[in-house]
Amino acid sequence: MRGRSSKVVWAGLAVVMAGVVPQTAWWDLNHTVFAQAVVSGLLIGGVYSLVAMGLSLVFGVLDIINFAHGALMTIAIYASYLLFQNYGVDPYVSLLITIPLLFIVGVGIQRFAINPVMDAPVHNQLLLTLGIAIMIENLALVLFTGTPRSIELAYARNEFDLGVVTLDFPLKVFGAVVSLPKLVAFLAALVLAGVLYLLIQRTQLGTAIRASAQEPEGAELVGIDVRRIYMITFGIGAACVGAAGSLVLPFLFVAPTAGATFTIIAFVVVVLGGMGSIPGALVGGLVIGLTQELTQLFVPGSKFLGVFVVFLAVLLFRPEGIFGRVRR
Amino acid sequence: MVTVLALVPLGVSTFTLSVATTALIFALAGIGWNVLSGFAGQFSFGHAAYFGLGAYTVAVIFTKYSISPWLGLVLGGLVAAIFGLLTGWISFRFGLKGAYFALATFALAELLRLTFNNFDYVGAGIGITIPLAGGDSWGSLQFEDTPAIRYFVALGLVALGTLAVIIIKRSRVGSRMLAVREDEDAAASLGINPLRAKLVAIAASGFITAVAGGYYAMFLMFVDSDLAFGPFVSVVILLRPIVGGVGTIWGPVVGAAILSVLGEVTRSLVRDPPSFLQVIEGANGLDQVVFGLILVLVIIRAPDGVLGWFHRFRTRSAQ
Repeated sequence: MRGRSSKVVWAGLAVVMAGVVPQTAWWDLNHTVFAQAVVSGLLIGGVYSLVAMGLSLVFGVLDIINFAHGALMTIAIYASYLLFQNYGVDPYVSLLITIPLLFIVGVGIQRFAINPVMDAPVHNQLLLTLGIAIMIENLALVLFTGTPRSIELAYARNEFDLGVVTLDFPLKVFGAVVSLPKLVAFLAALVLAGVLYLLIQRTQLGTAIRASAQEPEGAELVGIDVRRIYMITFGIGAACVGAAGSLVLPFLFVAPTAGATFTIIAFVVVVLGGMGSIPGALVGGLVIGLTQELTQLFVPGSKFLGVFVVFLAVLLFRPEGIFGRVRR
Repeated sequence: MVTVLALVPLGVSTFTLSVATTALIFALAGIGWNVLSGFAGQFSFGHAAYFGLGAYTVAVIFTKYSISPWLGLVLGGLVAAIFGLLTGWISFRFGLKGAYFALATFALAELLRLTFNNFDYVGAGIGITIPLAGGDSWGSLQFEDTPAIRYFVALGLVALGTLAVIIIKRSRVGSRMLAVREDEDAAASLGINPLRAKLVAIAASGFITAVAGGYYAMFLMFVDSDLAFGPFVSVVILLRPIVGGVGTIWGPVVGAAILSVLGEVTRSLVRDPPSFLQVIEGANGLDQVVFGLILVLVIIRAPDGVLGWFHRFRTRSAQ
């Protein structure tokens, strides 16, 4: 059943692609516009990957639907913003503060709110994190009001012309424009994915995390303090979103809901990539970024429509995701 | 002036009455949610889909075809039930459960929101404003100058919804839903068809929630894609039964009463605080912080809702 349905998906995708590629020529689409959509999609996709990595780790290890993930990002965004406004700290320097800060916040949330309900039904955990998200977002609203703010980085205005690649088909011209902060965020996503992957796969802590994810009782038996591992894992997940918060500050409007808008996208990415899979989060983010920008190109004004269609298709046909293992 | 006079016998302000009416409407939506998520155990995080379909059906057939909203409530319920059957059939067929089912329902509601937001026939981003019909306010379900009747109609709908849920729970299909919730495989081995039980649950659930949505559209005299399908709508709907007690008959109503009273108390505290709390005056969002805090405390301290907590408390003191 599963094998057949995934074949159906790939066949469907092939048909869609076969339809889309000639369509671009048929409509005589401006290739620069198309290239720009691809480049923008990959760049915003990098940000999605960044946000989704921490979520994927928490989802995979703790089996928690963490709806507070985006709200945690809001904390990091405001922390970075305040550091910049009051002390002139560059957002990239404030990473040194937001990453440990969010790690501590994450450990605290796991310790005091989530550990007590680890055995509760899935929906109770979902609602718990939702409650935390509502609290954080509205505290931000109380403290900073809803007025959107933004920061001005002197060097961020430079734009690079990527006029280096020339392909005959389908992209005749590759003249897309890239802004520096988005490029940095994209590259940071790659670096962070690498670091996380090594941490999980190659270190002793990573082994303990994987053991706690797969067989909590067994891990307990060999002397792993699973509750402590859960706290550290949630802390790492929050630290990822701390990094994301500082990295998006230069090109994002700061508002209490700034992080929340990423929560759902991050879930889409996690399900697409396979929960718990760091490479999956990276690839999933890029795919969703591309989906969003290409939908915007073909159906203006509804970029998330394509994203949710992809999401539902993945949920139905391959809920274990691209990189996920089939769960029993 | 007429309004004020009409309300004097009731002794409450129009404002209080409209808060109470809203509470009843979302209690009804929560009653619907409870059938699928409480009884059949399929946690929905996207009941805004049904709420919104009900709201839009009523608004569209009234403004475009001048069909009575009463019929609209039933039609909206049917539209939502059919939508539930279709999407439920697909997702249950593919074995979506737990977190994945929750995320899928959420995605469906978001898809509807985005679609309606771009769909010119239903006013796209502007939404639909329901005009005053004049004449017979019973026929048009408007009661603009008699908020008390508006309130009583909502009360009547909640009573009907509760009655329906009592009937469902006591019926054979209701017992099957509970069996599927407890252990789907065991239920199947006893000859119960889990798919059918879940489909009945999703259709009934969608119908009831859609009626609430339809009445909400007539209550506000307006609907747009955010009010109908927004993620916050789903959260508002499911919080009532969660706070009151999931899978109980009266949970959604009790939860709605508690949450609306608490909401009003914190909101009026922020609006006009006592002298020792002067700092919080006009603090936008503080009521929501309290709301989030209550949610967190309920989940940690009373995971089976206020009714469940009360029940445990009573059995313990009886021993």
